[in-house]
Amino acid sequence: MFKIVRRQEMTGGTVILNEIEAPLIAKKARPGQFVILKANENGERIPLTMADSDPEKGTITIIYMVVGKSTALFRDLQVGDSYQDVIGPLGKATHLEKVGKVICVGGGTGVAVLHPITRGLKEIGNDVTCIIGARTKDLLILEDEMKKASHDLRVCTDDGTYGHHGFVTQVMQEVLDAGDVKLVVAIGPVPMMKAVSKITKDYNVPTMVSLNPIMVDGTGMCGGCRVTIGGETKFACVDGPEFDGHQVDFDELMMRLQAYQEDERDSHQHYCTIRDAK
Amino acid sequence: MADIAGKTQKNPRVPMPEQEPKVRARNFLEVPTGYTMKMAQEEAARCLQCKKPGCVTGCPVGVDIPGFIDLIVQGDMSGAIRHLWKMNALPAVCGRVCPQEIQCEGQCIVGKKGQPVAIGNLERFCADYEREHGTGELPPKQPSTGKKVAVVGSGPSGLTVAGDLIVKGHDVTIYEAFHKPGGVLVYGIPEFRLPKAIVAQEVNFLERLGVKVECNAVVGRTVSLDELFAEGYEAIYVGVGAGLPKFMNLPGENLVGILSANEYLTRANLMKAYQFPDVDTPIPHGKNVVVLGAGNVAMDSARTAMRLGAETVKIVYRRSRDEMPARKAEIHHAEEEGIEMCLLTNPTRYLGNEKGRLTGMECLRMELGEPDASGRRRPVPIKGSEFQVDCDLCIVAVGSGANPLLTSETSDMQLNKWGYVVTDPATGKTTKKGVWAGGDIVTGAATVILAMGAGRQAADSIHNYLTLGW
Ligand SMILES: Cc1cc2nc3c(=O)[nH]c(=O)nc-3n(C[C@H](O)[C@H](O)[C@H](O)COP(=O)(O)OP(=O)(O)OC[C@H]3O[C@@H](n4cnc5c(N)ncnc54)[C@H](O)[C@@H]3O)c2cc1C
Ligand SMILES: Cc1cc2nc3c(=O)[nH]c(=O)nc-3n(C[C@H](O)[C@H](O)[C@H](O)COP(=O)(O)OP(=O)(O)OC[C@H]3O[C@@H](n4cnc5c(N)ncnc54)[C@H](O)[C@@H]3O)c2cc1C
Ligand code: SF4
Ligand code: SF4
Ligand code: FES
Ligand SMILES: [Mg+2]
Repeated sequence: MFKIVRRQEMTGGTVILNEIEAPLIAKKARPGQFVILKANENGERIPLTMADSDPEKGTITIIYMVVGKSTALFRDLQVGDSYQDVIGPLGKATHLEKVGKVICVGGGTGVAVLHPITRGLKEIGNDVTCIIGARTKDLLILEDEMKKASHDLRVCTDDGTYGHHGFVTQVMQEVLDAGDVKLVVAIGPVPMMKAVSKITKDYNVPTMVSLNPIMVDGTGMCGGCRVTIGGETKFACVDGPEFDGHQVDFDELMMRLQAYQEDERDSHQHYCTIRDAK
Repeated sequence: MADIAGKTQKNPRVPMPEQEPKVRARNFLEVPTGYTMKMAQEEAARCLQCKKPGCVTGCPVGVDIPGFIDLIVQGDMSGAIRHLWKMNALPAVCGRVCPQEIQCEGQCIVGKKGQPVAIGNLERFCADYEREHGTGELPPKQPSTGKKVAVVGSGPSGLTVAGDLIVKGHDVTIYEAFHKPGGVLVYGIPEFRLPKAIVAQEVNFLERLGVKVECNAVVGRTVSLDELFAEGYEAIYVGVGAGLPKFMNLPGENLVGILSANEYLTRANLMKAYQFPDVDTPIPHGKNVVVLGAGNVAMDSARTAMRLGAETVKIVYRRSRDEMPARKAEIHHAEEEGIEMCLLTNPTRYLGNEKGRLTGMECLRMELGEPDASGRRRPVPIKGSEFQVDCDLCIVAVGSGANPLLTSETSDMQLNKWGYVVTDPATGKTTKKGVWAGGDIVTGAATVILAMGAGRQAADSIHNYLTLGW
């Protein structure tokens, strides 16, 4: 059992942070790696990136958006409650290297995943500009943390309620135009990563994205997480989750992410019905 | 097949009662329902108690078959199961899933003229009887040696090692990557062939003996072999199976609706997705399902698809019936349940729609040519024989390979060119000191009983090492 020791609601309860006791995982976790969690006996195995880890305390932190049945079930877990299973650390750690000027672009809960990577890139001496975005002001997360983790933070909202009015890609282009950018790291919704990669390809700037296909085991055993990278099939859970954005077949990823859409709707409905009846 | 044809013979074997094909094809309950005591004794009486029993030579672990069968005849069920346990720690499993027709039963003298003694059914009966009526008494344990052994992987191979070493007085901990122990017995072989409660009980038996089971421990990630040594383990057994799905590398393979058998069966068995939405893991429900391959894994996938409500399920296999690697009984069961065999058929590409979903596949008809390296006649495509099969779900069950997750993190353990662990065939020792390996990660995908046999051999060697030295 993996106990929740801290819980925080963000953006009005649609994004939740859990700090969980998982000493073995905390000891090994590196930026960019993820865990798979299962709430209870009948639960689904859900992959979530570690937003932080504390080897001394023996805890890991996850930040997730409530989007369906399993994340709704996670939301119901309070401090003192436990996840039945937490497995990790999984996936390859981010390759952190000193390259010079770096742009980190985050959208949605991708910002949570981006946070330890941004911090790591700054710590080893890169000049990090961070651009984060959300649909609207209330959905922004980790603004203060990202400010600390980078040299220069730019914020965008699609509706103009805060920061730059528009998409992260527009701001990114301005920074690219200023020149000398050596690396872009983009983590967020698939359409955002696709748009970023398309632009950086024109600028010929290496771009790393973190992919989130549907997973089951997370150990390379099922092949459910297959993605196409440069025409070749890779298993995101062991070969990734980070890949060269210029090589990723984003359209395929988007279609594969919709494999269970109807079932997911039924499952969520089923859960809400049962919960409301209680 | 066997049981049915038997009725026309003299001294036929006692048929195994089964659920009706029409009924069982839509539920996940076990297909054969088991002998009664009377049936078991009647079947046991067919054994000739050979002085030089062929059956024993056919069993990879040398179970004393006439011995345990005689105890059934005498009605000594407690004696029978204890006799079985001497050579086989998991009779409830082996009785159900061993390919008996090419092992013990294949060598039974009675089978030369009629049908062999139903050794598997009897083995299963003893184990089930013990579960339902036994005292649950634990076997005696040697005094503690204070030596710690880690077993990586909780499949049949790892379970055997754990069981053997705990009774020899060692302190044993199993590390399992999944959230539930049992290996293929829980994630691969379906409930209707091997009820999960049986596997759970076998694991529970080991736990009662003192074996510790640490689930959610991905060795190579959560903890490495060297870290286990640093924690005080003196020997490690690696029984991680052959958990790497093979695909066919055909155009369109990443369309939605194409799953490896590993994924499909894991969703169905380990995650119990057939109970969705009462459990949270979904599984695709195909209307027209194609399964590629013709081994046990393919049969299990096809029969699962049928139970999940498919209208048609086709096994597509490029060779002929004689080469199908699945157990005869499984092929027979599958056909009874309405699964079609499309033999001498080879898929060439997948077809999809604008949403990226599978709609069908293109296949070629094959004919048998000259024998190949394996001695089997090589299937060769018939020119211009392309045709289309409509399907909305395809399960790829064309084999599995060595999963590199652990082995790639363990640089001083030698692998062969396919990524399987190299071991000394007599002991199971790897090239890394203090580490043994066995089961599918050494042999490639094989059988439960071979994995168990390798476990027993390694356990003996580990015991020697812990008491005498490397
Ligand atoms: C490596 C990785 C890291 C991730 N990190 C984060 C994170 O830090 N924060 C965060 O909010 N989300 C993260 N995700 C996405 C998260 O796993 C999904 O949002 C979650 O699984 C949705 O489950 P659900 O049952 O609540 O919703 P559902 O309604 O069941 O699904 C919503 C959508 O989530 C995706 N999804 C469903 N099941 C899975 C699954 N088993 N594996 C992956 N995706 C699935 C599908 O696209 C689906 O349409 C990550 C995904 C991966 C693969
Ligand atoms: C669908 C299917 C049907 C089959 N039907 C039959 C049959 O009818 N008869 C028969 O005899 N054989 C059958 N087999 C084959 C048989 O199940 C295998 O040969 C046997 O299970 C191999 O045993 P094992 O102990 O080597 O490995 P496995 O049973 O594969 O167990 C390995 C275990 O190790 C775990 N593991 C892997 N990596 C790690 C890691 N890094 N750290 C920790 N744990 C890890 C896995 O999660 C797994 O639980 C079938 C196989 C399948 C897939
Ligand atoms: S272990 Fe398998 S091969 Fe051996 S006697 Fe039992 S069923 Fe037959
Ligand atoms: S070969 Fe057949 S008849 Fe002879 S001992 Fe074995 S099971 Fe009995
Ligand atoms: S999640 Fe199963 S192989 Fe990646
Ligand atoms: Mg879900």
